[in-house]
Amino acid sequence: MNLLEVRGVSKQFGSLVAVRNVSLSVPAGQLRAIIGPNGAGKTTFFNMISGAVQPSSGSVQFDGRDVTQVPPWRRVTLGMARTFQITEIFPELSVAENLRIAVETASGMRLRPWISRRATTAVTRHVEEMLAQTGLMSKAGRLVGELAHGDQRVAEIAMALALRPRLLLLDEPTAGMGEQETFEITQLIRRLHRERELTIVLIEHDMRVVFHLADRIAVLDQGALIGEGTPEEIAADAAVQSAYLGQVAEAGAA
Amino acid sequence: MNAGGRTNRLVLAAIWVVLLAAPFWLNLVGGYTALGSRVLVLGLAAMSLNFLLGFTGVLSFGHAAWFGLGAYGAGLALKFVALSTPLAMLLGTLTGGIAGALLGALIVHRRGIYFAMVTIAFGQVFYYIAYRWNSLTGGDDGLRGFSRQPLAFGPMRVDILNNSTLFYYFVLVCFAVAVGIMALLLRSPFGRTMLAIRENERRARFLGIPIELHIWIAFALSCVFISFSGTLYALLNNFADPNNLYYSLSGDLVIMAVMGGMRVFWGPLLGAAVFVVLQDYVSSLTTNWMSFIGLLFVLVVLFFPRGLLGMLRQRRVA
Repeated sequence: MNLLEVRGVSKQFGSLVAVRNVSLSVPAGQLRAIIGPNGAGKTTFFNMISGAVQPSSGSVQFDGRDVTQVPPWRRVTLGMARTFQITEIFPELSVAENLRIAVETASGMRLRPWISRRATTAVTRHVEEMLAQTGLMSKAGRLVGELAHGDQRVAEIAMALALRPRLLLLDEPTAGMGEQETFEITQLIRRLHRERELTIVLIEHDMRVVFHLADRIAVLDQGALIGEGTPEEIAADAAVQSAYLGQVAEAGAA
Repeated sequence: MNAGGRTNRLVLAAIWVVLLAAPFWLNLVGGYTALGSRVLVLGLAAMSLNFLLGFTGVLSFGHAAWFGLGAYGAGLALKFVALSTPLAMLLGTLTGGIAGALLGALIVHRRGIYFAMVTIAFGQVFYYIAYRWNSLTGGDDGLRGFSRQPLAFGPMRVDILNNSTLFYYFVLVCFAVAVGIMALLLRSPFGRTMLAIRENERRARFLGIPIELHIWIAFALSCVFISFSGTLYALLNNFADPNNLYYSLSGDLVIMAVMGGMRVFWGPLLGAAVFVVLQDYVSSLTTNWMSFIGLLFVLVVLFFPRGLLGMLRQRRVA
């Protein structure tokens, strides 16, 4: 069964159709990339999966359950975690505190007005595990707002991971990053995918990253799905070629 | 980290020593004990407001409503229900807390200026009720005819009515309990979700936190704390009047919180101390005392945007 099943979703903003009848099936364990030129509706589509935006029509099913009407926070508790194109973190809290909030919420403690010593220890252990996995241990005590852009992106991914998601949604994880940072974050995503068999859907502009990571690629253009397939198939696809003016073929060949 | 923790403990110890010794040193510097009680009560009110403002990032401009409801609730309880200070405090706190919780549920979907405007409107509703309902509240003249009652612990009586020093310590104990609970809440998982909402609502929502529910709880708790301080205010003055509910008091509380430093737990207490002491001294010199507070407020906001205590803390970190 597919972990994520999007059926014919559309989104209209006034007279603008941002997404037109797009379907997407992602089986558990897959790393799916969504690509497309600027304004193709990728982020809107993403927002409909995570619940930030309500589709005008169509449905979203997660793990066999229709979540189209489920509010975003509850989708998170069902196992869907996401990051944003523009980093969303708690800037004036430390990296460890950022993660602590994620861990406590995921453990169902968010309403507790107290916390036992034992629970604190368990939360701390989980936080440290996340810090170690994402290489942020040495920056645990720093305010996350003071970190370099690349580290902030990693911290955001770490927060999403701390939720122990079954589906991880990454909106342009390498946005605004330099060569080295892009390389590191690509390695991190790959490791998560391979080692934890995490299902990941990501939007990405950097074609090298996409072709390096993705099991399958979906291509959006002007709100519609114009192609879907393995990286090799996409690289050879004529419609995708014309939407991308050759970028895809280069990356596919590289 | 460790050095910071030690300094924090030292500051904390210093605050409590100063508060505990206040009845002894206040007279030496030209103050009086009731002034200390007033600082504690308004400081607690400002800290209650700041529980919402500084730690959840939600600005209420009508918190005097819940403060005043606490004051009237306590006064009316002493006047009409029973001659018991603890019962009056309980009933007053429940009055403001429940009213705040109910009305808060209606407005948690509003944000920023809209939220602030609706809270002012609620405050004014209660003000006009108190102002108009002569037969119950005494209207413009205020609620009179009640006084705080001595406390009875079994055979022991503590005369907080006639002994202002004893009353100060009574207020201090109440203050300590309230701010202790506040501090514990802020260190709890729930408290951290408040910080999360303050820092980034969107991120908080997408961590699985239902924002509106958490803001509502924080709002209701803040109302409970501030109406508790309102009951103490009624006991302090043996009087409650419509100005306890008026929006200018709400504004004063915001000024205290911002001036003292709203990101710092103790900031609003310092803000309240500066406000109350200035008011006391300057108003004996000129009726335009508010101009001085206004001027000071402008200076603080211009030069110490994080408030007086926030400023000190930043210096130390830097």
